[in-house]
Amino acid sequence: MTPRVTPAEQRQLDVRIPSDVQYIEAIVEQVVLRCAAHSYPRRHLALNVPVALTEALSNAILRGNHDDAARSVHVRADVDSSRLVLEVRDEGTGFDLEACTEDPTTPENLLREDGRGLFLMRRLMDHVERFSDGGNVVRLILHRA
Amino acid sequence: MSFSVTTRGDVCIVEVEGQLIVGNRQELKQKILDELDKGTRKVLVDFARTGYIDSSGLGVLVSLAKKMREMGGDLRLANLNDDLQTLFELTKLDTLFQISETRERALENF
Repeated sequence: MTPRVTPAEQRQLDVRIPSDVQYIEAIVEQVVLRCAAHSYPRRHLALNVPVALTEALSNAILRGNHDDAARSVHVRADVDSSRLVLEVRDEGTGFDLEACTEDPTTPENLLREDGRGLFLMRRLMDHVERFSDGGNVVRLILHRA
Repeated sequence: MSFSVTTRGDVCIVEVEGQLIVGNRQELKQKILDELDKGTRKVLVDFARTGYIDSSGLGVLVSLAKKMREMGGDLRLANLNDDLQTLFELTKLDTLFQISETRERALENF
């Protein structure tokens, strides 16, 4: 009988990247591959995970670390057949998730160039939280079902 | 990821291949601004070969649409897949842009 043990490399990702947005696509690709290995829905692979993770990474790089390549971003992903847990840690002082989340769909905000990142992250993930733990951490959770 | 620019009549067609995200949005913006400098006033962005778009990519499209309208022009979109359509609906940007199912349909009355 074949043991139903998922290889660790299909479950977890733990990597530090320099604060450079050019690294984002490669990280997203690695996380999506792990979700695909666990048969996450196509929409999760094409929309929810890539967009929400890109937002978390770009926030960490550009806002948390102020685009300073000397600073790093620590990314952890833990994927199993029930849920994906992502943690993106930067070297910033953090922010108030509630206060910083705007509604970009209101008439006064619709034509703004910015202000959609946190909104999308929270609409595309099942749970988003921010906390400080030796750095500023954003944790995203998406259930497979 | 890359952007290709072609012309059909007086419409400049920009095809986005790959992602439109924070790392390459300025490249798209500059390509379209260059076309505006040449006198182009009609731009169609074709997403048939696009993966995903983040908030920065959406922001650039909004910025360009505003600029083109100020100049008497128009920026339209075509070939959004279901996921991209959902993204535009979530952000209500589907109300801001004229979005066509195909490139040909977008060009019909541009």
